[in-house]
Amino acid sequence: MPPFTLPFEKPVFELEKKLHELEAFSKKQDIDVSHEIERMKEKIAATRGQIYGNLTAWQKVQVARHPERPYTMDYIRNMTTDFVEIHGDRIHADDRAIIGGFAKIDGQKVMIIGSQKGRDTRSNLECNFGCAYPEGYRKALRLMRLADKFNVPIITLIDTPGAFPGLESEERHIAEAIAVNLREMFNIRVPIIVTIIGEGGSGGALGIGIGDRILIFEHAYYSVISPEGCAAILFKDRAYADQSAEALKITAQHLIENKLADEIVPEPKGGAHTDQKAAADNLKAALLRNLAELKAQTAEQLMIARYDKFRAMGVFQE
Amino acid sequence: MALRFGKKKYSSVQVRKRDVPDGLWEKCPGCGEILYAKQLEESLQVCSKCTHHFTLGRQKRIEMFADEGSFVEWDAELTSADPLGFTGKDSYIAKLEANQKKTGFKDAVTCGAAKLSGRDIGLGVMDFSFLGASMGSVVGEKITRLIERCTAEKRPCILVCASGGARMYEGLYSLMQMAKTSAALARHAKAGLPYIPVLTNPTMAGVMASFATLGDVIIAEPGALIGFAGPRVIKETTQQDLPEGFQRAEFLEKHGLIDMVIPRSQLKERVALILDYMAGA
Repeated sequence: MPPFTLPFEKPVFELEKKLHELEAFSKKQDIDVSHEIERMKEKIAATRGQIYGNLTAWQKVQVARHPERPYTMDYIRNMTTDFVEIHGDRIHADDRAIIGGFAKIDGQKVMIIGSQKGRDTRSNLECNFGCAYPEGYRKALRLMRLADKFNVPIITLIDTPGAFPGLESEERHIAEAIAVNLREMFNIRVPIIVTIIGEGGSGGALGIGIGDRILIFEHAYYSVISPEGCAAILFKDRAYADQSAEALKITAQHLIENKLADEIVPEPKGGAHTDQKAAADNLKAALLRNLAELKAQTAEQLMIARYDKFRAMGVFQE
Repeated sequence: MALRFGKKKYSSVQVRKRDVPDGLWEKCPGCGEILYAKQLEESLQVCSKCTHHFTLGRQKRIEMFADEGSFVEWDAELTSADPLGFTGKDSYIAKLEANQKKTGFKDAVTCGAAKLSGRDIGLGVMDFSFLGASMGSVVGEKITRLIERCTAEKRPCILVCASGGARMYEGLYSLMQMAKTSAALARHAKAGLPYIPVLTNPTMAGVMASFATLGDVIIAEPGALIGFAGPRVIKETTQQDLPEGFQRAEFLEKHGLIDMVIPRSQLKERVALILDYMAGA
């Protein structure tokens, strides 16, 4: 039984419960019900496929926040070898909400940088629930410059509710830390591939989100404000989060439609949290394909295309 | 994270009803003094008693920086579309139309060429009274064009900032304006050209996390509220008590972000002097 079930996953949960009962019954009574068990498993897969093929925007937000969803460290473990983590911004501290270091994907050297969330109270306190302080963004930039210096492509993985809104964050200038990253990522001469793996929370996401390719997982979201925050302001009630999630057009599918992302990384049926390895395999394949394309370009070509890519974002009348 | 620009809680400076006929007098939110509106206007909307800085409208702001008759507007006709077809409690289109009617402008920023003490510059002025000067596609595009044109014509760029943050009605398009404007500033900086943002009350969130903090020097007006997250959000999230003067211009100067806090009456000559230094020996 999964330890965490989303409300809309209940039909699957009920079927799984029946399956367990059936298996227990078969074992206890020593009766062969393998045919029924097989049918039940098929039904579970079909129900899961049905639910996950028709998620609303708000349901996707919940999937993106699923506590079993793979985080940056899981992708590093499942997708890379020889990871060398590098700590700290050399100014203030080592922020655990953004981690990074050298790694190899299929033998290819990369600098991998990503948001990190925790799975329990202790680890969540350590990485501040994936909400980075200024030092997280400054560490990220330091790592990117390091990669740039040694001609190593950069992979960033984004999964944050947002940059941390707090007194110390403001005192150490969170806004400036993000702004400098935005500007400097346009000066990086090596390929940058950005992937939204879970939550793409506003400026906190964009702070490591400038790249030559923007990938997004099938059930991840990327938004200028949390659906709850938007609901509180524009709908005057946080309970309208589902409507504001819809209105903000934050799903991977909407982003592709609006040319704000390049490619959707498919998730295993039932979401990335049901099979972390399969999710990592899908990401790895997408990264390798894009890396090959980008490595064929000169630094000048990359930088011009990167500029033009973001330059074109926006809709207005003249 | 955007500020709730519909409410007035964060800032003691409010968007004033400037053009009401009975607006002969203004009460200063700084000291409570009743001020004669005409006199206030002559003093660039600064209280003669406590030097509280009221909001200065964009036309007055342009007049304040640009040598007389030198301002030539760029891209005045750029107008917001409604890319998401957004409807919350009010539709985006209805909000836009109401703000266009109220201000007489198409959107929240005015950009153009000007002379500042005889020197050619590019000048942008954001206007908080238009939807809280939130940054949507039009604001992002006009500011990007301003910077690009300044780079191409080798002009220093002066940008008077004010903003509640991102324009939520435009969703992720509005977030990407941060990237776009910062990209243009990367090229402007590479060309060795000056860029000076002047932060006015209030400058928050997405604008702060992009062009407002990327200046060669960053200037702020006295008392301006400046930050990333709004004080209410910080209080709600962290339950922290915020120190007095938190996120005010003087607080940020003390904490090393703002290079200088300059009273409005001295802004033009200070900027001119700094630009002179940046022109090299």
